[in-house]
Amino acid sequence: MDDEKKTYWLDDPKNVTLLVRVLYGVCGLLFVVGFFTMSDHVHFDWESWPAFYGIYGFLSFTFAVLVGKQLRKVLMRKEDYYDE
Amino acid sequence: MSSLPPGFLLFLGSFLVPLFRGKWRAAYMLALPVMSFLHLMGLPAGFTHELELFDYTLTVARVDSLSMVWGVIFHLAVFLNVIYGLHVKDNVQLVCGPLYGAAAIGAVFAGDLISFFLFWELTSLSSVFLIWASRTQRAFRTGMRYLIFQVGSGVALLAGVIFHVNDTGSIAFDHLGVGTLGTNLIFFAFAIKCAFPLLHMWLKDSYPEATTTGAVWLSAFTTKLAVYALARAFAGTEALIYIGAVMTAFPIFFAVIENDLRRVLSYSLNNQLGFMVVGIGIGTAMSINGTAAHAFCHILYKALLFMSMGAVLHRTGTVKASELGGLYKSMPWTAAFCVIGAMSISAFPLFSGFVSKSLILSAAAENHHIVVWFVLVFASAGVMEHSGIKIPYFAFFGHDSGIRCKEAPPHMLLAMGITAALCILLGVFPETLYAILPYKVEYSAYTSSHVVGQLQLLFFSMLAFAFLMRSGIYPKELRSTNLDFDVVYRRWIPGLFRALAPIGRFLWSTLIDGGKSIVVLVMGAGRTLCSPRGFFGRTAQTRNTVLEVAVILAVLLILYYA
Repeated sequence: MDDEKKTYWLDDPKNVTLLVRVLYGVCGLLFVVGFFTMSDHVHFDWESWPAFYGIYGFLSFTFAVLVGKQLRKVLMRKEDYYDE
Repeated sequence: MSSLPPGFLLFLGSFLVPLFRGKWRAAYMLALPVMSFLHLMGLPAGFTHELELFDYTLTVARVDSLSMVWGVIFHLAVFLNVIYGLHVKDNVQLVCGPLYGAAAIGAVFAGDLISFFLFWELTSLSSVFLIWASRTQRAFRTGMRYLIFQVGSGVALLAGVIFHVNDTGSIAFDHLGVGTLGTNLIFFAFAIKCAFPLLHMWLKDSYPEATTTGAVWLSAFTTKLAVYALARAFAGTEALIYIGAVMTAFPIFFAVIENDLRRVLSYSLNNQLGFMVVGIGIGTAMSINGTAAHAFCHILYKALLFMSMGAVLHRTGTVKASELGGLYKSMPWTAAFCVIGAMSISAFPLFSGFVSKSLILSAAAENHHIVVWFVLVFASAGVMEHSGIKIPYFAFFGHDSGIRCKEAPPHMLLAMGITAALCILLGVFPETLYAILPYKVEYSAYTSSHVVGQLQLLFFSMLAFAFLMRSGIYPKELRSTNLDFDVVYRRWIPGLFRALAPIGRFLWSTLIDGGKSIVVLVMGAGRTLCSPRGFFGRTAQTRNTVLEVAVILAVLLILYYA
């Protein structure tokens, strides 16, 4: 099948790096926008900090992955563990 | 016609599916939910249908604003599932799918506990066939475990109803609240089906073993019916706030390391139920609205995600993250629909999850549940991890597995396309959803701080993913089984029994040997007594008999004159 030979835009590592840089850009932009928007209609004081959600999101995500990774040491078994 | 309870047409109609073949069957099956839905829409507000049974008046149908939300979305789910499963030729699945949907619809409109119990049981019995339909030894065993939990829930419900009716004399299915033995048992029954922590194992055990279409059916009904039941009977029960918060958080860690992507979705489903349970626990108009709205949106995006993974399973024969990757090259449409599902569940602005989850988060904040609020925001980042990124990334992008297959069949793409469109429509026009919620609430999810805050949460989560991937910290996808609480009854308890077997064998043989020696003793005694020279074996002599007769006559004589 000629499908297999076809190269896709994402196959080039340069383009993946480009995407990651775009992500950096978007995060930077959201950080800046946070200074102007995070004051209206909030329930808690900390919600009005310009990057509260960004930082909390980053930390939460990392925490979830790292804890999951440690859990493997305790919980991981062979794939056929329950098979007789 | 108009006096029939909602879902009744679907219920009866599903039994007739095997009479049709080919295109007629497709047309008939699509018409069923449509007709049933039109019938529901034609019922007047406040419609009830009563039935006399022995001493009780059963309210088989009660249409109100709470049951209506679930009634609408369950019909929609049946319709989408029928489209998605148009390739299925197995009559067991063709009947049990719509029947399962009809049972769930019947249950949400049941106005008394007895009819509710019957429908509750019917959802269990009809759905287990969607697991067994995989027709493997593994699926059979999983189905049995599933059935034990489901029927266990039914038994708890029945016992609870009996106690409750004994206490109060009422069979009405309204707000009950915990406190008495009866209502506590009912609460426990709902807790099982709602997959509360430590009662959740059946969910992540069984859904990934169902057929490609079966898992989509299962994802829609059972647990959301339990959410409805909790909202109906236990709204404002404070414990639910904390139970729900735990439910949102703990599945995240399991989802990170799970390799089977349909099992990841099952953990994710459990986590989403947590948000709804928190909303029920808070119990304000806004939070109950949040729960209803979230159940509505959740059924759609969760079905969409299960459909996309089902399509991958259908085409490649596996949904293991370790075996997949790069499938966007072969299945671009499925990949696109999966991404829409992922963005909806992650609650991106303009997607459905955003407009429903924020109601629950706002309600938690307004009622000053600070710790719970932090857990829910953490869990929102966790959703981004397992459903927002992991599912699409490891199936369709990431490392190219080299698998080249055909795109999903047209009817699957159609079902996914409609579901995806609904996810976006609900996100863009939330008023349409808010209009059918049980309470009238002025709420806008689209304030600038909320939109920017949510975008920050999601994009910085992606940033964390990019950082963890590029630095090699992110755990690799490995073929593995991860222990969950079900290890207790799948391994430890059977293991304990095996370990105790020698003691059991000793006790048993002692019992048997002891019994045997008693038998031998009795037999020996009998043989001695009945032998020719034994007490019973001896032949009586004539003189003895004469003496005996004389004695009897003497006694009679005395008695006669006395």
